[in-house]
Amino acid sequence: MARRRPAPFGLAIGLAVGLVAGCAGQAVRTVEISAHYSRFVPAEITVSAGVPVTISLRNEDPIDHEWIIGDDEVHEFHRTGTELIHGDRPTEVPLPALATRTTTLTFDQPGRLLFICHLPGHEAYGMVGVLNVVP
Amino acid sequence: MRRRLMTALVTALTTTVLLVGPALACGGLIGPNGAVNLLRTTTFAGYHDGIEHYVTAFQFAGGGGAFGSLTPLPGVPSSVEKGGDWTLQRLVRETDPIPVDEALPVAAQRDSAEVLMEVRIDALDVTVLRGGAAEVGRWATDNGFRLPPDAPEVLDFYASRSPIFLAAVFDADAAAARGQAVGDGTPVHITIPTSNPWVPLRILALGKTGDEIVEASVYLLTDQQPALLPVPDGTNGMRLDHSAPATGELLADLRSDRGMEWVPATGWLTKVALDGRAGQFVYDLAIDASGRGAPSLVDAGLQFGGDQLPGRRAPLPLMLWSMFWLGAIVLVGFAGRRATGLPTVR
Repeated sequence: MARRRPAPFGLAIGLAVGLVAGCAGQAVRTVEISAHYSRFVPAEITVSAGVPVTISLRNEDPIDHEWIIGDDEVHEFHRTGTELIHGDRPTEVPLPALATRTTTLTFDQPGRLLFICHLPGHEAYGMVGVLNVVP
Repeated sequence: MRRRLMTALVTALTTTVLLVGPALACGGLIGPNGAVNLLRTTTFAGYHDGIEHYVTAFQFAGGGGAFGSLTPLPGVPSSVEKGGDWTLQRLVRETDPIPVDEALPVAAQRDSAEVLMEVRIDALDVTVLRGGAAEVGRWATDNGFRLPPDAPEVLDFYASRSPIFLAAVFDADAAAARGQAVGDGTPVHITIPTSNPWVPLRILALGKTGDEIVEASVYLLTDQQPALLPVPDGTNGMRLDHSAPATGELLADLRSDRGMEWVPATGWLTKVALDGRAGQFVYDLAIDASGRGAPSLVDAGLQFGGDQLPGRRAPLPLMLWSMFWLGAIVLVGFAGRRATGLPTVR
C-alpha cells in the first residue's frame, strides 16, 4: 500500500501555506537564509503570522541541499520517504550547489516549525533551523 | 678543523637529503547508499631535494560499480604513475614483523576546477585538479561524487592552503574484470615538487560522525628524526609506533622497487599509527625534517597566514592544546555517470 504523503503542515499547528506573491495587498517581508558549510545561517528566524514572507535561500556550498519546512509529520515523511525529487511545493525547495532560490509563504497561525535539509546525513550533521511564527 | 669540516659536510648532506612529506589520505569508501566501508590504509611519504613522493594503495573492497576519493595535495604533481610492487608491504614488515610461523600469504601482494592531469592506472582513474573548494566540490558533484555534508568545510580547509586535489575513482567492475581479489591494492606513486610538506589528516574523517573510528598507518622517511605537530602521543588519535634510523636493508629493498630509485642511502623511519575518533582529527600533521624542530602551525592546519582557518570557530584553544602536546578519500561515493565516460554508478 502506497504511503500517503502528509499535508505540507500539520493541522495541529494550523498553518496555511501558499504562494502569495502580491496577495491581499500586504507588504511582503523578505528573509535571507544561507546554506554554509552544510548549516543554515541564520538557524533561527521569526516571522509574523498572516504576513507574506519571501525567503531567499542561498546555497553557498558546492554540494546540493534542500530546505523543507513543516511539522513533525512532514519531516518524518522526508526522513523515511523515498521521494527523490520534490514537486512545486513552496515549503520544499531544492537548493542546487551554489544556487539561490526563493519561496514565498504565509503562516497563518503562531507556532514553531523546523526547516531541515533531508539529504542523506545532512540533518544529523546539523542542517536544522527554526522558524518562529509570532502573532 | 677537519672535524668541523666533516660536521659541516654532514650537516649539508642531511639538510639537502630530507625525506618526509604528506601522506595520501585515503581509506574511506562511501557507497551510493551512503554506507561507509572504511579500510585501513598504509601510506608512504618521502621528501628528497624538494620532491615529495607519495606511495599509497587503493584497495579493492569487492562489489561492483565505482568508488572514489578526494585527496588534498601540497602542490601540483609532476607525475602520477603506478607505484612499486612491494614498498608498502616492505614497510609494514619493517615495523610490524610477522612471525614466521604465523606468516600469512601477502594479499596479492574541463570542469569547474582545472584538470591538470588524468591518468589511468589499472582499474583506477586519477585526476589532478586545481581550484578552490567551490570549484573542486562542483567538479566532484558534476562527475558523480556524492560528497558528504562536511565536505564544503573540509574542502575549504585544504583549498585555503593548497588548491590542488587528487580525485581517484576506483572502478570495481573493471577491477573484478581484471581478476583483482578483494583486498588487492593498486599502488600509486605521486611525485610532487614542493617545499612545504605536510600530512593531511582531517580528510580522513570526511563523511564520518565524530565517534567513528579512523585507522591508518603513515610512514615517513626523513634524513633525520623529524619534529611533528601535533605530537603523536597516543591521546590525540595518533600514536608513534616506530621511530629509528632506517636500516640499510630496508632502504635497499625500497630502492629496488619500481620508481623508488630516489631513496637515499640513509634515512630516519617514522611510523605514525592513526587510531582515534573521527572527531579528534581536526588538524593535519606538520613535519619539520630540517632539524630546526619547528613544525609549522599553518601546515598543521591550526593557522592560516595569520588568519583563522575556514571552519575554525575557536582556533586559539586548538593551538594551545596542540602546543601543549608539542614536543604534534572520500570519500565519496558515486551516484551518477562520470561525464568523461569513466565509472558508472551501480
